[in-house]
Amino acid sequence: MHRFANPARFLRLAALVLPWSGGLTVVLLGAGLYFALVASPPDYQQGDTVRIMYIHVPAAWMGLFCYTTMAVASATALIWKHPLADVIAKASAPVGAGFTFLCLLTGALWGKPMWGTWWAWDARLTSMLILLFLYFGHMALVNAFDDPTRGAKAAAILALAGFVNVPVIKFSVDWWKTLHQPASVVKMGGPAIDASMMLPLLLMALGFTTYFVSVLILRVRAEIAGAKIRAIRLMQVHGQG
Amino acid sequence: MKSFVEIVRRDLRLALRQGTDSVMVVTFFVLTVVLFPFGIGPELNILQRVSPGVLWVTALLASMLSLDRLFQTDYEDGALELLTLSPTPLPIIVMAKATAHWLTTGLPLIAAAPLLAVLLNMNSSGFVTLIGAMLLGTPSLSLIGAVGAGLVLGARRGGVLLSLLILPLYIPVLIFGVGAVDAAIHGFSPNAQLLVLAAILLAALPLAPWATSAAIRQAIE
Repeated sequence: MHRFANPARFLRLAALVLPWSGGLTVVLLGAGLYFALVASPPDYQQGDTVRIMYIHVPAAWMGLFCYTTMAVASATALIWKHPLADVIAKASAPVGAGFTFLCLLTGALWGKPMWGTWWAWDARLTSMLILLFLYFGHMALVNAFDDPTRGAKAAAILALAGFVNVPVIKFSVDWWKTLHQPASVVKMGGPAIDASMMLPLLLMALGFTTYFVSVLILRVRAEIAGAKIRAIRLMQVHGQG
Repeated sequence: MKSFVEIVRRDLRLALRQGTDSVMVVTFFVLTVVLFPFGIGPELNILQRVSPGVLWVTALLASMLSLDRLFQTDYEDGALELLTLSPTPLPIIVMAKATAHWLTTGLPLIAAAPLLAVLLNMNSSGFVTLIGAMLLGTPSLSLIGAVGAGLVLGARRGGVLLSLLILPLYIPVLIFGVGAVDAAIHGFSPNAQLLVLAAILLAALPLAPWATSAAIRQAIE
């Protein structure tokens, strides 16, 4: 892992990975959307609104996945003082917040025709909303200090403290029997979804993941470039003074 | 253990001599609760319906308002730095400071809550549960709040930031605190919710001081 702490080595690796992850994103999201919108059957109860699920469920997974990435990166940064881990944690927060927001938005759009309400104070929905607030808190805390390394450290501790929410979200549908339906993909006894609906779901989930990887690489690159610019400016200022 | 008691006594003495802090927290609590009947109208059955939620939300805000002085003054005058250098482990010191914070804010809030419950026409069967739930819940608020107070040390606009960080983490305590009182008012057993509140407290007791000390260490580095 420490081999990748070197930003130059990371940038070389990123340059190798980025075209592949970007290309895969286009292919997977294209195929996923085709299967989700055209080539999969409507649900016997929900009709065509089931197609919202092909965005909603992967977005929810990614909301949790980004937070987990952020927490793991934060732990790495705190324990091994890994310089890139801070950048990765900082870069994943807005992407994760975007996915979480997308999940809540599509959930509301689906909930109106299906449950008859945009929003319910159900355990799963509420814990997802808390996740969104945790992302916002993380983003605010990173930028709240004059010294960027202080912000990164404080945000890392917050990310780890907020991680308690992730298992709560995952198991909220099992612990509280409220409106949101329980897990149907990852559960004991195999998935309860027909293969024709599973395929677009998995394609979209993989597409979202490669999208996250691509955006993460771009954002980390931008952060490293920003740090370089700051260093150059400082050198210029000190050189003149 | 001796230094734990010493720090609690020091913080209590400081709070007493500076005087107004606990009084202000309770005054804020009372005033905010009294605003609600003006806001939603004086119908007694509506007030009764919303009383657990109003009491918990305002108690939560009141306890959050006083968080910034948990470490901020010690951070500014350098006392916090000396405390971290002492042989006592930092988590113990944090726990002592959180205890003092709870004694100066949580306890007065609990004392004021039954009176306000009467003002809001709460059913008398909810009183005991309200006190019990607040006894279990408000220490968690102080402990979780200490993490946030440690994180925002030295930040710009720390007060607003603190609420953004801490309020999401307060939500579980709020949900189960209100749930317990609601159950008691409607004649159900509040045991399940009280047990969850106790579980939250037992989880926060070792974990929050640990996270807070990490936050304080990076603040005084």
